[in-house]
Formats: sequence, C-alpha cells, structure tokens
Amino acid sequence: MPNTNFIPWFVIIPLFNAFLISLIGKVLKRAVSVLSILSCLSLLIISFYGLNVLRISSQSALVYKIGGWVPPFGICMVLDGLSGFMLITVNLIAFFVLVYSLQYMEKYTDKPKFFTLFFLMLTGMNGIIVTGDLFNLFVFLEIASIASYALVAFGTEAEELEASFKYAVMGSVASSFIFIGIAFLYGFTSTLNMADMARILSLKPNTWLIPFVSVLFLMGFGLKASLVPFHAWLPDAHPSAPASISAMLSGVLIKTLGIYAIARVFFNIIGITKAFLSVLMFLGALSLLVGVILALSQWDLKRLLAYHSISQVGYIVLGIGIGSPLGILGGLFHLFNHSVFKSLLFLNSGAIDYAVGTRDLREMSGLKERMPVTANTNLIASMSIAGIPPFNGFFSKLIIILACLQKGYFGYALVAVVGSILTLSSFMKVEKFAFFGKLNERCRDIKEVPYLMRFSLIGLAIICVLGGLLLLPSIKFFLNGAVDVLLQGKGYAKIVLEAASK
Amino acid sequence: MTLYLLCLILFCIGLYGVLRKRNLVKIIIGLGIVEYSMNLFFILLGYRFGGRAPIDAQNQNILNMVDPLPQALVLTSIVIGLGVTALVISIAVRIYEKYGTFDITKIKRLKG
Repeated sequence: MPNTNFIPWFVIIPLFNAFLISLIGKVLKRAVSVLSILSCLSLLIISFYGLNVLRISSQSALVYKIGGWVPPFGICMVLDGLSGFMLITVNLIAFFVLVYSLQYMEKYTDKPKFFTLFFLMLTGMNGIIVTGDLFNLFVFLEIASIASYALVAFGTEAEELEASFKYAVMGSVASSFIFIGIAFLYGFTSTLNMADMARILSLKPNTWLIPFVSVLFLMGFGLKASLVPFHAWLPDAHPSAPASISAMLSGVLIKTLGIYAIARVFFNIIGITKAFLSVLMFLGALSLLVGVILALSQWDLKRLLAYHSISQVGYIVLGIGIGSPLGILGGLFHLFNHSVFKSLLFLNSGAIDYAVGTRDLREMSGLKERMPVTANTNLIASMSIAGIPPFNGFFSKLIIILACLQKGYFGYALVAVVGSILTLSSFMKVEKFAFFGKLNERCRDIKEVPYLMRFSLIGLAIICVLGGLLLLPSIKFFLNGAVDVLLQGKGYAKIVLEAASK
Repeated sequence: MTLYLLCLILFCIGLYGVLRKRNLVKIIIGLGIVEYSMNLFFILLGYRFGGRAPIDAQNQNILNMVDPLPQALVLTSIVIGLGVTALVISIAVRIYEKYGTFDITKIKRLKG
C-alpha cells in the first residue's frame, strides 16, 4: 500500500504559514521572506513527489482518510492524475510569483498582510484540488475567493476598491448558486462524498434534478471561471490587483475555481451528456471570440491581458468540451501553458509598471533598450500566447484545432483559428508600442528590474520555450494521467472507493 | 411545500436587492438575505416536523429524527457569510471615503 500521508500537507503548509506570518510578520521582516520561499518550495517538491508516488503505485488514485474514517462517512482527500497535474501547475506558478513579489511588493506598505492573504489563497486552491468531498470543495472555494477579494483591493485606491466590490458581490452570488446546487445534490443522494455521490447518482434513475443542478453549477463555476455571459467582473478585478496577484488570479485561480471544478463535478460526479458538452463548446467558442475582440481596442496593458484571459479560458473550455481524448488533452495542455505564459505576461506588465510607472501603452516606447530581460521574456510569452510554432502555446492550440476537425466541428475549428490570429495582432500591438520604436524622453533613465524579479521572468520564459516537450512520449504521463481521469467519467467512484477500502 | 415557496420568495427578494438597488449598503443587505434564504433551505431539507435530536439512547425506539448534517454545514456557511459580509462592508466604507457617496451610479471610474 503506497504512502498517502503527504496529501494533507498541501493544505497544512500554506494554512499554517499564513497564520504564522500574520503573527510574526510585524516583528521579524526577514523571516517572512525566508519562510514564504521555503514553504512554496516544499509545496512544489511535495507535488512532484506526489505525482511520482502515484505513478509508481500502479493505482489510479491515492486516498487519505482524515481521522481514519472510511469515505462515505468521513472526509477524504484524493490525489489522482488530474489533481497531480493541477497541483504541479498551481504550485509552480505560486513559487515563481512569490519569488517575484518579494521585491515587487516593496512599494506597498504592508508586506506581511500580503503574504498572509497570498498563502490563504494558495490554501484554498490546493484544498479544492485535493479534496474528495463536495462541501469541503465549497469551503475551500470560499477561502480562495475571500482571499482574492481582499487581494484585489490591496492597493486601497478608488478603482481597486470599486473593482473588488464588484468582484465580491458577483462572486458571492455565484457561491450561493454553488451552495444551492450542493444542497439539492445532498437532498437527493444523502451523501457529500464525491465518489459515493457519483455511485448513488448512477444507481438512481436520472430525474429532473440533474439538468437543474447542472445549470446551477454552470452558473456558479462559470462565473468563477469568467466564461462569457458571466465575465463582467474579470476585466476590472484582474488589472486592479498588484501585478503578482494578477498573475495568480489569471494564471491559476480562474482555472482551479472554475475549470477544474467544472471538470471534476460534471465529468466525475454528475456525468456528462452530449447536450452538456455542446453547451460547454458553445460557451468556450463564445468566450474565445468575445474576449479577443474586446481586447483589441484596449490601451491599458493589464486590461488587455485580462481580456485575453477570457479568450484563452474559452480555448480550454472548448477543448474540454469536445470530449474526445485528443480534445481533452489539448484543453488540459492549454490550461498548463496558459498558466505559464499569462503569469509571465502579467509579471512583465508589473515589471514595466515598476520601472516606468505607467500601464498605458501610449506612454511607453522603445523599452527594449533599457529593459532587455523584460522585453525578451515578453516577446517569448507573446509568441506563446499567439501560437507561433516553437513555443508551447502553438502545440496546445494545434491539438485543440485538430480535435475539432477530427470530430467534424469545422465551425469551431474556424473560430479557434480566427481567435488565434486576432490574439497575434493584439500582441503585435503590445510589442510595437511598448518595446520597439524610439525611446521617449520619459523612459530615458529607467533601469531593469531587480534580480529576484528577473529570476522569475527568466524561469517562466524557459518553461514557455520547453513546454512543448511535455508531449514527448517519455514524459507524456503528466498530461495523460489527467486526461484519463476525465475520460473514465463516473468510473471515478469505483476507483476512489476501492482505493479507500484498502 | 409552503415553506419552500417562502424560502424561494426570500431568495428572490435578496436577488432583487443585489441587482436593482443603487445603494452599496442595500446591495450588501440583499447579499445577506440571499445567504439566509439558502441556509434556511438547506436546514429545511434535513428537518422533520415533530422530529427530535438524533441521540441514540438505550431502551428508546426513535422513529422520527432530524438530519443533523445540514445544520453542521449551515453553521460553516454562516461563518463564511460573516467573513464575506465583514470584508464587503469594510470595502464599502473605504469606497465612501474615496468617492463620498454610496450611490453605484456615481461610482464608475472603471469602464466594464
């Protein structure tokens, strides 16, 4: 029997760290940085270790029973291929963002509070990924959401407060819908364990309840993922936060709270139908087009990036919604790639803000001369998001388009290609206005950002360049494990309950 | 059934407050009403009229028990609601300091 005792540490480490930092933060300034780096690094190491244990153990899922209670009665934590994949994505981005924010956050007054909220958000995200209990998922979702509302308002300027209020109200209503959905499911199945719920739902006949609950969950998680009819909060909230938090929000929060939760609930618990998949594909294609068209006319760099988040989330949902193995592979691969290059782009915008002091594209020009690291990493990230061949974004978009063609959805394939071209044109605008051209008077004596910030930028850029290698057969298990979890559908129940009974 | 309908009406009142009111404080109150109606609904799912607490004692034959799990869950949900309300109210106070008004039609420096 494989060792599963490491699973709760994904929640314990960030939660305890948040508590500790809020206690000692005011007194021991240096200890806060060391503690944060150490805990993020250990989380990253444990997530790689977890995937390794899962791979060696020849089981499809590892189950940790909290307090030794057997699953239908107690809460359990589940680590399967999809969880392992998401954990590595989240903790990788969190590590780079944390290193970056050690120096970036110098201009804000209260660093310890920032780290406390940051680790609370990380607790919520790791918790959502490893939990095997539906109500527990809701609690972790609220922890992550509340921390992100506070982080959006962190600068306490007028715009930031306004964006945060909007985000908080819409987010709370979305959480209410999720809560009602959970209440209905509990009333129908009398259990909260996700595996047990899936088992009972496949035993009992399908009634009017399932479509109703599906709509509630789609509204709730769709708002958290900012799919298009529910996207209004994102272009305000993401640019208002400090750049490192924008990177976390756009890079991993909308994916964990939105896409991971949708995938887990619909594929593994409720069970997908053809109708639901076509709804997902339609929403994905709609987000893809609307997001990128709105992005074209933006002059605020961070706002432009936020609109691109909507459009890239559309790609992921479109890929997952195709429902074929190739489509899901493309969707999940794009999820990983988008986390990397979108965080990199937001960190770049933060670097420009740090050095020049503006986010308006019209006020900057020719920064390539003064900030070579930022300019080159931004070029790599832009080419990745636009889908230029050697970079990772190209491969995932290609897989999604091929999956569309394979299943005969020519219209959706066309939408994906058009979206990619519009993305390219939008990022050519960014490159032209920000980095190329003549250096203007205002930017004459700016400096490149400090070394820790450069470390994060270069690290993420290297992952962007090498990301395509994840498709090589020898390391493809990283993606395939996650794809298998979604493909097995309601087989999830059997796998988890068997693993728990051992 | 009437109770469930009343619960739905309460939910709709809360949603109306969130969507239609212009005052920030009224929006927050609407949010609170939405949360209360959901909690009430969840409690109702596990409640039985004339039921009793599910404490198993010897020599007693208990037939009609209330499901305790929704009550435990709602307790958690109330605490979460408290956290959200506290945060949103403090943000509203800071907004009032910046803009000098609670009217959302006057608070629009961001273009959605």
